[in-house]
Amino acid sequence: MVPEPPPAGNGSSAAPGIAVEARNASKEFGQGEGAMRALDDVSVAIRKGEFFTLLGPSGCGKTTLLRLIAGFDTPTSGTILLNGRDITADPPNRRPVNTVFQSYALFPHLTVLQNIRFGLDMLGRKRAEADARAAEMLALVRLEGFAARRTAQLSGGQQQRVALARALAPAPEVLLLDEPLSALDLKLRKEMQRELKRLQRETGITFVFVTHDQEEALTMSDRIGVMRGGRILQIGGPREIYNQPANRFVADFIGETNFLAGEVEAVEGDLATIGLPCGSLTVPATGLGQGQKVTLAIRPEQVRIGEAEGLPAMITGNVYFGTDTHCHLELAGGAEIVARLQNAADDVAALDEGTSVRVSFAPGSVQVLQD
Amino acid sequence: MRPTTEATIEAGRVRRNWLLAAPALALLLVGASGPLLIVLVYSFLEPGEYSGVIWNFTPQAWFEIFLKRDIFDGTLGVADAHLTIFWRSARLSLLTTLITILLGFPTAWFIATRPQSQRALWLFLITIPFWTNLLIRTFAIMEVIRNQGVLNTLLLRAGLITEPIQILYTDTAVLIGMTYVYLPLMVLPLYAAIDRFDFRLAEAGYDLYASRLQVLRRVVLPLVRPGLIAGSILVFVPSLGAYVTPRVLGGGKNMMIGNFIELQFGQGRNWPLGAALSMLLLLIVMAALLLYVRVSSREKPHG
Repeated sequence: MVPEPPPAGNGSSAAPGIAVEARNASKEFGQGEGAMRALDDVSVAIRKGEFFTLLGPSGCGKTTLLRLIAGFDTPTSGTILLNGRDITADPPNRRPVNTVFQSYALFPHLTVLQNIRFGLDMLGRKRAEADARAAEMLALVRLEGFAARRTAQLSGGQQQRVALARALAPAPEVLLLDEPLSALDLKLRKEMQRELKRLQRETGITFVFVTHDQEEALTMSDRIGVMRGGRILQIGGPREIYNQPANRFVADFIGETNFLAGEVEAVEGDLATIGLPCGSLTVPATGLGQGQKVTLAIRPEQVRIGEAEGLPAMITGNVYFGTDTHCHLELAGGAEIVARLQNAADDVAALDEGTSVRVSFAPGSVQVLQD
Repeated sequence: MRPTTEATIEAGRVRRNWLLAAPALALLLVGASGPLLIVLVYSFLEPGEYSGVIWNFTPQAWFEIFLKRDIFDGTLGVADAHLTIFWRSARLSLLTTLITILLGFPTAWFIATRPQSQRALWLFLITIPFWTNLLIRTFAIMEVIRNQGVLNTLLLRAGLITEPIQILYTDTAVLIGMTYVYLPLMVLPLYAAIDRFDFRLAEAGYDLYASRLQVLRRVVLPLVRPGLIAGSILVFVPSLGAYVTPRVLGGGKNMMIGNFIELQFGQGRNWPLGAALSMLLLLIVMAALLLYVRVSSREKPHG
């Protein structure tokens, strides 16, 4: 990747509408031989008012990137811009950016109200103004009546809300959320997901959300940046990430995917014919050359089971999931794929193990991955 | 009949517990409270001619702490020499506590922020002085600060001073000695408190627009206060009753309460006054501890 030329002047070249931006940001921990590259030349521009999610497995660098934006760590190289201004050298207390920590990090020696007021007090806001703002925040997170409580007396979900109110009280330009829901149980997590979306809509603040939970990312985000090994692999909306994964890792990490190894047999315009052990498929694809090895990615819900046309396959088993049934198939040539059949439809009932069928894929649902 | 049986068993259990605790209780009663009672009784007796006490009840010793009778005209006046000693003791003990906090806090912070594998080594280094006798450590300090000592020699050689600075046999010498001796007692409880401190809270404070100093004052200090209080008590109490350090480094001229008490039981041959002074020291320490507990518990925010 060719590094971008340094921005002209004081770095005000950022496109309007960009809230926070990382340019060629790298971060290494340790020195010399034992140095660990946590972030590797990452560039990402997060738009104003957007719910942006950094998604990836643990150790992918997503929290490191968040800490660079917050100012807890400084990049080994590269710059961080806020509204087009270079803030790389600014300490966290001079950045209009607040963080909701994974552990909440509420001050145990202060009450709920004092926690929420902390940032306002540090900014030197007048007492009456700070009180009014804190009360407003308490109402926003629906914790009226909890002002005088100690934080240790609150449940996990309530502590979460206090952490949110505390970070939102100073009205930051960007709110950073570091896996804030990971400590909550499933039901509360679902509730807080909706709550977070509501807060983001009501405040209009740019949210940068870090998670390893792909479902959380899909349901909440305007855009997602998928990370692995200190790099951003793909940036896009939830639909784009899910339907057009850029590579095998993204396809595998987000949702479930069937992978079929094949080779390009012919290319005609926008269509390519891919040869598989069980036959061949013609799919829309560009940039392929004849003889190239590729991987086809097909979501289980896009697999159609019929008797007339498609690739020959045999049903090897069914797993019942309530809302749907996962039908395991073995294609001719040995490749195994999964089809997800909705139980609400009537036509899925009687497909027994050992039945020979034909498998086809919904139009436009086959992704050709080149790596 | 069940309740009766249970009550019998319970009573037996209580009796057995008392029986098991009896040796320890007896030791405490005889070993700790006994001598204290003797001191209390002696403080209300008359001094014997050469030493010891005469068994006549009188509160005279308690008056002698603060008042003195002029040897020529017999009028009563304030015992200003005694008050000077009390004041010096209180002042030096408070200063020692303050200096050990100022030196001990960064030290404890440094150790607590080392990688886990290195901390044991640092703590070990802190405890090394405890291996040596207090007297020997005090003489070592003396060797450093005396006129021909290490410090003055170095300063003279460097040309920073033209003649040695008189530190030995001053209050400063006592202060240096006590700070050196009691510093580990401040570092260890502070370390324990800082070790428990969740550094993510400091990060949260820093994120919420607090400067480093404000993070220290508003987040760190309130949360490590238990260690600060424990350390202060551990330093202040023995400082107030210090004997060896002021004796060796203060040269017998700059007495503290401990030396003054010793004097009464030795050359002074006034055992009741020594006993009264000991009780007074006990009361001062108790009052200081109560005040500390009161202040530290009141500062917790209510509601």
